[in-house]
Amino acid sequence: EERLESLICRVGEKSTSSLESNLEGLAGVLEADLPNYKSKILRILCTVARLLPEKLTVYTTLVGLLNARNYNFGGEFVEAMIRQLKECLKANMYNEAVYLVRFLSDLVNCHVIAAPSMVAMFENFVSVTQEEDVPQVRCDWYVFAFLSSLPWVGKELYEKKDAEMDRILSQTESYLKRRQKIHVPMLQVWSADKPHPQEEYLDCLWAQIQKLKKDRWQERHILRPYLAFDSILCEALQHNLPPFTPPPHTEDSVYPMPRVIFRMFDYTDDPEGPVMPGSHSVERFVIEENLHCIIKSHWKERKTCAAQLLSYPGNNKIPLNYHIVEVVFAELFQLPVPPHIEVMYTTLLIELCKLQPGSLPQVLAQATEMLYMRLDTMNTTCIDRFMNWFSHHLSNFQFRWSWEDWSDCLTHDLDKPKPKFVREVLEKCMRLSYHQRIIDIVPATFSVLSPANPSCIYKYGDESNKSLPGYTVALCLTIAIKNKTSNDEIFGILKDVPNPNQDDDDDEGFTFNPLKIEVFVQTLLHLAAKSFSHSFSALAKFHEVFKTLAESDEGKLHVLRVVYEVWKNHPQMIAVLVDKMIRTQIVDCAAVANWIFSPELAHDFTRFYIWEILHSTIRKMNKHVVKIQKELEETKARLARQHKRRDSDDDDDDDDRSSDREDGPLEEQIERLQEKVESAQSEQKNLFLVIFQRFIMILTEHLVRCETGGIDVITPWYKNCIERLQQIFLQHHQIIQQYMLTLENLLFTAELDHHILAVFQQFCALQA
Amino acid sequence: MCSVAMLSVLRSDSYAELSQYRDQHFRGNRYDQERLLKKSCTLYVGNLSFYTTEEQIYELFGKSGDIKKIIMGLDKVKKTACGFCFVEYYSRGDAENAMRYINGTRLDDRIIRTDWDAGFKEGRQYGRGRSGGQVRDEYRQDYDAGRGGYGKVVQPQ
Repeated sequence: EERLESLICRVGEKSTSSLESNLEGLAGVLEADLPNYKSKILRILCTVARLLPEKLTVYTTLVGLLNARNYNFGGEFVEAMIRQLKECLKANMYNEAVYLVRFLSDLVNCHVIAAPSMVAMFENFVSVTQEEDVPQVRCDWYVFAFLSSLPWVGKELYEKKDAEMDRILSQTESYLKRRQKIHVPMLQVWSADKPHPQEEYLDCLWAQIQKLKKDRWQERHILRPYLAFDSILCEALQHNLPPFTPPPHTEDSVYPMPRVIFRMFDYTDDPEGPVMPGSHSVERFVIEENLHCIIKSHWKERKTCAAQLLSYPGNNKIPLNYHIVEVVFAELFQLPVPPHIEVMYTTLLIELCKLQPGSLPQVLAQATEMLYMRLDTMNTTCIDRFMNWFSHHLSNFQFRWSWEDWSDCLTHDLDKPKPKFVREVLEKCMRLSYHQRIIDIVPATFSVLSPANPSCIYKYGDESNKSLPGYTVALCLTIAIKNKTSNDEIFGILKDVPNPNQDDDDDEGFTFNPLKIEVFVQTLLHLAAKSFSHSFSALAKFHEVFKTLAESDEGKLHVLRVVYEVWKNHPQMIAVLVDKMIRTQIVDCAAVANWIFSPELAHDFTRFYIWEILHSTIRKMNKHVVKIQKELEETKARLARQHKRRDSDDDDDDDDRSSDREDGPLEEQIERLQEKVESAQSEQKNLFLVIFQRFIMILTEHLVRCETGGIDVITPWYKNCIERLQQIFLQHHQIIQQYMLTLENLLFTAELDHHILAVFQQFCALQA
Repeated sequence: MCSVAMLSVLRSDSYAELSQYRDQHFRGNRYDQERLLKKSCTLYVGNLSFYTTEEQIYELFGKSGDIKKIIMGLDKVKKTACGFCFVEYYSRGDAENAMRYINGTRLDDRIIRTDWDAGFKEGRQYGRGRSGGQVRDEYRQDYDAGRGGYGKVVQPQ
């Protein structure tokens, strides 16, 4: 019944009556509905426990009131929750399982579950750390589920069972001491511990729980509606949790990856306002958890999300704006990937600014300033995201910014993080507006960082170039194309282009001829330079010529080189052209990967647009594989349905030949698709291997050069390059996991320089 | 249980829903139109400046996913940009994210509006106003520097 769902979901929202009276009223309504709607109510309550964790204590109180009125219902609810927990764990839904565990533990506070049985469950959780031959991330989860429930229930459990709790805590401590943390550098947003340490999530939580214990489990931030009902609830009979055995580890188990806690603010950042809870306070943990949960619940509805964040209770006791900004950036910068699409965070921050125009923009400006100050130690991937966010944000506010405040960056080398960041921001701002606008918005001193005017460079353009080989053919071609000549005629004109690579007359004309490619591609791109649409039309119209010229691997590489030569001032154009050429199969993904690592692009190697292109290329490859796999699955399903239909029809139709004939076309299709899938998967694996190989080569070169020259390895170029390698691993970790053996045995072997090997080892540690 | 049970409060996705607008020139019945709108990967984008370029639109709308095609809206007479366009994505999910996060934000300092489109057909790239531009620019009374100044009805003959 929708009415029930709506009543239950709405409790706790803004209302004219108090929360307590709403809960009491609702408990009465539900109690009356139990005879007819019990299973419905059970299902809804289990679902809100799992999906609305930010309202945890509201719903545990509700369950407590129901249990006080109807003991059997309480028991059935607990059973249903345990069933749901088991199913979540089996389905690898570990994040939601944590909320269920927390809910169960808060039910102890509501006198629904007996404390000793909760302690027993936690004992079983933490003894997972004694299991042998299981991934560390498995033990991590059980420890996390235990520790993260303690802010809610630590006091009660410790009061009832202090000896047992001490034992569990001590077991936890020894696990935390011996677990490995190789993965941490790969997941930190900043590599520096100043001003705020970037802690591994379990270390941080442990410190918070330690402090809570020292404070005798006094916790004052969490809203606990059940306290108002204490007299009713303590009359209720409690249930014992059944003994809970953690489901065993299987091959299919996928546990959450470890995290590093993002911290950018402390109480010194808002000296006028309420004091921000310290990084090791349990309040900090609870606030951050709840804010993250709100975003998780309302990410599709930006206005609701902003409103819910800003109406988080306690907003005069905590500097809520600072917490919100920190949590939003924590998600935006999260490694490996943000929980939601990046553009959501930009729009969410704009909505927040709209709702709090007098205070939030200032906090955001302060945050931006801090992020800028700490660019030197920020992970390259995070710098990308910062740059993308900032430029998009500015484009919504007329690009207004106090650029002069950042003139310190002009004194650095242009490849250092700060000036590099400003350059990339200005380039992105230009893409969202136009060149002159950017020149106008920055002080004159910043012109060295301004982007180039995105114009086309045509080498055969000027009469002064007429001594260049191919010049006359280029002229000829220009006239022909303007006259809408056919592809055959184009081939005819190109036949006259000599091949600098060959001495004999190769009359076939279609082996790799770099000059032919140069003349054709330069001329065509120049003629189509007016807009993206013009260039795409040109690619489509002359597709046949492109395919022929770029038939060989060298041909593909050279096409890409010429595209770069023509459009090096307009990286956005290069990106869209490369995208089109891959989609129309003029070049393949491996060619793009090789081109990116080629010496011709070395100068631009650290520029953001290069990595935009590479990751877009990998994404296309991945989507292609997924698409064909889906086609295969769908065709297999069609065949299965066909079989089923036949089996359920005439049973005495024994004519095998006719059934085979029916199956024939589908089976053929399946075979073809199977081949297609295998070939796509092989191409995908090859792409990653090429990329890793090129990284290893280019990094080894640098390391050897530094060693023999006696100079420091860590240059800005090196930091960028090694973090780009990390980024490949992190951004595509699920697919790369399939290649672990190959990577281990072929590429990331023990002979490799330890700098490079460390990246691979950190990656392995993520799921170990 | 786990994967299916969703609460309506969490299902809410108002930004990605169909608006009230229906293209009156659509060939087909309302039911067909709605069916197409509900699975479309194409968005109509309105309130652009006449000077907004294809490149700018690529950059902004590329933030929600890979763009398949952009078709600029043109004045039927002058064949110049007249302040709208179509953006087609490869996947519906990317178009939905554009509706959720790019609709109602700024491009070229103007708040742009996106809406589902049943799919581009030749001829739909032209404005339907009498003067050749969009209908809204025929009758508006205000001065908009990015859209040719005053509305056509206000401009001197």
